[in-house]
This record gives sequence, structure tokens and C-alpha cells, in this order.
Amino acid sequence: MASNDTTKHGQHHQEAFPWKHIIGFLLSLVLTFGSLWFVLGSHLPSQAVISAIVILAVFQAMIQLFLFMHLTETFGPNYQQFLIFFAFFIAFTVVAGSIWIMAFKSYVA
Amino acid sequence: MNPAVRHFILTFFPHNVLELGADGAIIMASLAIVFVLTYFKKWKWLWREYLTTVDHKKIGIMYIIAAITMLFRGGSDAILMRSQLAFPNEHFLSANHYDEIFTTHGTVMILFMAMPFVIGLFNVAVPLQIGARDVAFPYLNAISFWLFFVAALLFNLSFVVGGSPNAGWTSYTPLAGAHFDPGPGENYYLIALQITGIGTIATGVNFLVTILKMRAPGMTLMRMPMFTWSVLITSILIIFAFPVLAVDLALLLIDRLFGAHFFTISAGGMPMQWVNLFWIWGHPEVYIVILPLFGVFSEVVATFSRKRLFGYGAMVVSLLAISILSFVVWVHHFFTMGAGVGVNDFFGVSTMLIAVPTGVKMFNWLFTMWRGRVEFAMPMLWALAFIPTFLIGGLSGVMLAVAPADYQYHNSYFLVAHFHYVLVGGTVFGCFAGMYYWWPKMFGVKLDERTGRWAFWTWIVSFNVCFLPMFVVGLMGMTRRMYTYPAGLGWMPYNFVETIGAYGMAIGFVLMVYNIVYSIRKGERDLTGDPWDGRTLEWSTTSPAPEYNFAVTPVVHDRDEWWYQKYVDKSKKEKPVIRPIHMPNNSGRPITLAAGFGLAGFGFVFAWYVPAILGLLIVLICLGARSFELNTDHYIPVDVIERTEAAAGRL
Ligand code: HEM
Ligand SMILES: [Cu+2]
Repeated sequence: MASNDTTKHGQHHQEAFPWKHIIGFLLSLVLTFGSLWFVLGSHLPSQAVISAIVILAVFQAMIQLFLFMHLTETFGPNYQQFLIFFAFFIAFTVVAGSIWIMAFKSYVA
Repeated sequence: MNPAVRHFILTFFPHNVLELGADGAIIMASLAIVFVLTYFKKWKWLWREYLTTVDHKKIGIMYIIAAITMLFRGGSDAILMRSQLAFPNEHFLSANHYDEIFTTHGTVMILFMAMPFVIGLFNVAVPLQIGARDVAFPYLNAISFWLFFVAALLFNLSFVVGGSPNAGWTSYTPLAGAHFDPGPGENYYLIALQITGIGTIATGVNFLVTILKMRAPGMTLMRMPMFTWSVLITSILIIFAFPVLAVDLALLLIDRLFGAHFFTISAGGMPMQWVNLFWIWGHPEVYIVILPLFGVFSEVVATFSRKRLFGYGAMVVSLLAISILSFVVWVHHFFTMGAGVGVNDFFGVSTMLIAVPTGVKMFNWLFTMWRGRVEFAMPMLWALAFIPTFLIGGLSGVMLAVAPADYQYHNSYFLVAHFHYVLVGGTVFGCFAGMYYWWPKMFGVKLDERTGRWAFWTWIVSFNVCFLPMFVVGLMGMTRRMYTYPAGLGWMPYNFVETIGAYGMAIGFVLMVYNIVYSIRKGERDLTGDPWDGRTLEWSTTSPAPEYNFAVTPVVHDRDEWWYQKYVDKSKKEKPVIRPIHMPNNSGRPITLAAGFGLAGFGFVFAWYVPAILGLLIVLICLGARSFELNTDHYIPVDVIERTEAAAGRL
């Protein structure tokens, strides 16, 4: 990569033992099996099952972002946090907006 | 005749005179290119210097040349359409043929002309403006370019092999679904856009990282040139908007090839969902092709007024505001779907809000010129033509944003006039301003002012002759995409004038090509590297810039750093120490990978899965091979740099 020497940064600082990764790995296993259980093991109505796995998925995403993808670690200004929040904003707008807009059938019917 | 053979012949061979002519022209042009390259023994040179390059400057040049050829292709479509509409009851093009032509016109102009033109300008200017040696991921940059290039080829191939798409550049379902539109045409659209979209997303990531991470020391965000700011914001728009298009295209392709029902009402799908997703991408997209040009105008207006850009902070804030707002207005493209009062009101008001930051920018350009020493060089002329043109476009946009009124304007020629005023008056004029402005930096020669002016005046007069009457004829009831119209409605005089304007723009295009050819042969060489008395860092290096851009990485003290170094900083500069420069290696893999995508795309168009899988395999092999490549970069030794600099008279 062509880089200016001044903007080149050092190596990731090394922890003695990758605690974060271990904890993240265990938590993501728990969440994965949790959602599996909701689908196969629980006998809740399907609305409730869907809500449950969506919530678990949100936690799963958080774990990915904070424990594996180092959202808070940075050299220099922390641009990625702003971008992630922007991404949440867009995702919310697109999904909620589309649901709102496409509910038009009820008006027409 | 055996039906399979008959089918093959029908899809593969031209069925009418126009297609025959196009086939002939394409074959002749290709043969001519091959002949010239072979005769002058240029194949090796082409491969070494361009086809395998990862240098952002050369990639930028290739983008811009490709964009100009696509402008020619889209312009030819326009001439055909306007010829048909010059008089009532003309049937020189059949309805289907006319549909194909307006579809390819719109798609080519937005995706294969405007996009590569602005991305070409990113490549030409951004690394130089921020004092970097290249983009963050040069190899990926080459992949982006070749994906665009192959997608453009594939899309243009549709005209001669199998038939063009004909459901409009918006490709609305259910019309574009398999039921109403069988055959390969729509598949070409879906796959070509998918391939170029992958390249565009990669470009967005590339320039985001480049601008955030590779600025020269001292260049804080608030010291970045305004063009760089606009590219940063545009990159963010690309990253968030284009994936929506990718999903939309993929869903429709699955519908068409594998019989799914995302967009068919018969099996519980929602045709309007295509439209919804399309405009979630589509509205940000129109800002993707205008914001970078706002950046160009900011540079040009400041340079040729010999003044600092007025209201830099307000410019940045309005860019941010536009980018956020552009994600919450998309329903204004389908008010007439009837989503209800709440939805239409919300999106109508949010649309009108965009006019506020846009107006702020307009005033900033005007105040930059106010009391400046304005020099009417070619780039500045295009910028000046932009301001009133875009004003008309923007104001008609606000009229369209009034949802109840839009029931009248929607899909009429009034709408056609609106978006051509913003897209030609904003995007195309902006691309021209950027091209004239950075041409000396790209090629070391200025574009001639005298012949340039002929092209300029022909363009802007013809543009208004062509599009101003469309507002009127639209209000008289003429709808867009009509392939012919009856006599006696009073539309004829307007349409006739519009056609004259269209031919005038074609003459303007020819004059511009003449201007370029003339300047290459007789134009004024730029030996200083700073032909316009510029303000930003790209003018501090030679024209054209050496492979490594800057022998020594500049240190930035001011927003207009080059101006500061020239006129403000009186401290004695010590002789800088030249060190070896770290650069990426060329590679033939990006073009191979893109060819794999092209083969796969062609296979999917006809649902032939053997070439499709073969093509994807080539892609996978290229990706894999890159992961094992160790030898990806090199150092330019000090003596080579010193020799280059000495040859340019800089040591
Ligand atoms: C103040 C700014 C703007 C406003 C308020 C505005 C508003 C609108 C509205 C309401 C429509 C839909 C009209 C209809 O379909 O009935 C529209 C269409 C369109 N606008 Fe704009 N617009 C603005 C700026 C732009 C810019 C900057 C561009 C591109 C550079 C652009 C490109 C387009 C295009 C391409 C369409 C038509 C798409 C199609 O249906 O094929 N607009 N605009
Ligand atoms: Cu829009």
C-alpha cells in the first residue's frame, strides 16, 4: 500500500491473553444456541419467536462490533464510531420507512 | 428450420437496418483499433502502461475517456429519440425500439457516463489534493475500474446480441418482470448494473479510507480542499446507498431467472417494493452525481476569483445536511403510488428542506466571486453557466415536491425538463468544468480557450433550446416516454424546437472533441505545473505529476496550502531530503478478474450456466491468487527520483 510514512501506524498492541476474544466467543455461542432453542425448543407463538431472535441478533451484532471488530480501539480520531451510528440511522430509516410506506395496501383496500 | 437454430439466429443476428448498422460500426471500429495498435506496435505499451496500471492518475484518465465515449453512445440515443419526436405521427422507430433507446439512454448516462466521469475526477484530483502518493488500496482501485469497464461493455453488447432492455432506466416491476418482459434484455440491465455497482462500492470504501487516513501531515479535516470534502461525503453516500441497489437487482434477477415472486403480485409479492428499494438508492444516487461537482465548482470559483472560498464552514455543514437529507426523501419519486397523506406530506416536506442547504451553497459561490478578480477561463465559464441552470432545475424540483401538484407533473415532460436541468446543468457542466480545470494536470497541456469557447456557447445555447420548451409542453400534457404523438395538440412547434436544440448539443459535442484534438496537437504546454495560479496542493507538483506524485510529502499549514506557500509563507525553505518512495506494483489480475465477471455476466444473461460458472471460477482464482501474493510493492530509489525531478527542472 502506498502510504505516507507519517500516517502509517504501528502494530496492534498485544494483550498477554486474548480475554476479549474468548469471552466474545463464549457469548456468541450462547446467543446462537439461545436462538436455536427459541426456534426448536420453545413452543411460543411465531411472533414471539421472531421478536426473540431479532433481539438476540442485535446483541450478537454488538458483540461482533465491540469484542471482535475493535469498534472503540483506534489510532487517531475515532471515525468508525460516527460511521456505525450513521449506519444505524440509515438502517432504521430504510427499514422503518419502507414498512410505513409499503403499508399503503391498507389505505387502498 | 430447427427451432433451436432459429432461436439462436434470431437472438444473435441483427433484425433490422439500425442494428445492422450498429453491428457493422462496432466491428469496423474494433478492427480499426486492433489494426492501429498492431501497426504501431503499441500492444506491449498499452498493457504495461494502462491495462495493468494501479496508478490513480492513469485510472482516472481511463475513467474519463470511457465516460466521454459513453456520452457519445447516450447522446446518439438522444438524437434518435429527438428525431422521432420532431414531428407528430412519425414511425421511423417502432414502439419497442423507442423503448429500448430511452432505456439505454438513461442507464448509460447515469451509470456509465456520470458515474465514471465523477469517479475519474476523484482519481485525478483527490490523492494530489491531500498530498498522498496514491489511494489507500490501489489494486482495488484498478479492480473497480475494470469492473465498470466490463459492465459497460456487457450493457452495450445488448444492443447487438439479444436485444436491449426496454423497461426504462428505472426498470419498474411488474413491467420488467419475466412475465411481461421475457428475453435477455432486462437481464443485461440487471447484471451490468450489479457488476459496475460492486466496483462503485469498492471505490466508495477506497476514497473514504484514503481521505480519512492518508492526508499529508498538518492537513486537518477543516483544512481539506472543498473538492476532497465533497468526495468524502459522496463516498459515504455510495457506501450506504449502493448496497440497496445490489439487493434490489439481485431480487429481480432471482425472480426472472429462477421463478421467485418478490415482485409479482400473483404469488404474494409486491411490485411496488422494487420501486421503493430502487429510490432508496436512486435519490442518494442523484446526489452522488452532483455533490462532487459542487466540490469542483467550489475549487474553480475560488481559483478564478483569486479569493479564498467564502463560507468554508457553511459549505461543509451544508454538504453534511444534504447527505443526511438525501436519505429521507425517496418517496417523492412515487407520490402517485398513493401511500397516503401522512407519507406524502412527510416526504414532500423533507424534499423541500434540501433546497435550504443547496441555496446556502449557491450564495457561497456568489459571495466568493463578489469583489474577486474574476477571470473567465474555460473552467470558470462552465461554473458560471451552472449557476442559473441549476437554479431553474432546483426550483422546478421544489415544485415537484408539492405532492398534490406532483399528480399533475409526474411523468410528464415537466419532470424530464427538471432532471435534465439538474443533471446536465449540474453534473455534465460540472464534469466539463473539472475536465478543463484538471486537464493540464492530467496531460501537461491546456485545452485551447478559443475552440473551447465555440463548444461552450454551442452547448449552453442548445441545451436551453432543447430543454426549456419541455417545461411548457409538459404542462400541456405531453407525458414522458411517448414514442410518437398525434397532430393537432399544439405540441409540434415545441417538439421541433427541442429537436433543433438536441442537434445543437451534438454539434457542441463534436466541437468539444475538436477542441481536445486541436489542443493535443497545438495546445499550450504547461511547464510550471500551476497554469491557473491555483490554491491547493495538486498545483504544487509537475504537470503531469510524476508516478510518485510528490518527491517529498508536503506539510500543510493552511486551507489553501499552495497559495500559502507561494504568497504568504516568507520563511526560507531548506532543501528537502529525498528518501526512497514506497509504491504498489502493477498487476494484470484486476483486468483478468473483471473479464471473469464479464463472462459470468454474459452466461447469466442467457441463463447459460457453464460460462457463468466458468467466469465465477476465474474470479475466485484471481481472488485466491492475490491472497498468496507476497511481492506487491516496491521502492523507487533516490537516484531515480532525483533524475525525474531534475528532468522536470525541479532540483
Ligand atoms: C432542490 C433540489 C431538488 C428537488 C427538490 C428535487 C425534487 C424532485 C422530485 C419531487 C422528483 C420527482 C418528480 C416526479 O417523478 O413526479 C424529482 C425527480 C428527479 N430528480 Fe430531482 N430534485 C432536486 C434535485 C435534483 C438533483 C440535484 C438531481 C440530479 C443531479 C435530480 C435528479 C432527478 C431525477 C433524475 C429525477 C427523475 C427520475 C425519474 O423518474 O426518472 N434532482 N426531483
Ligand atoms: Cu429524488
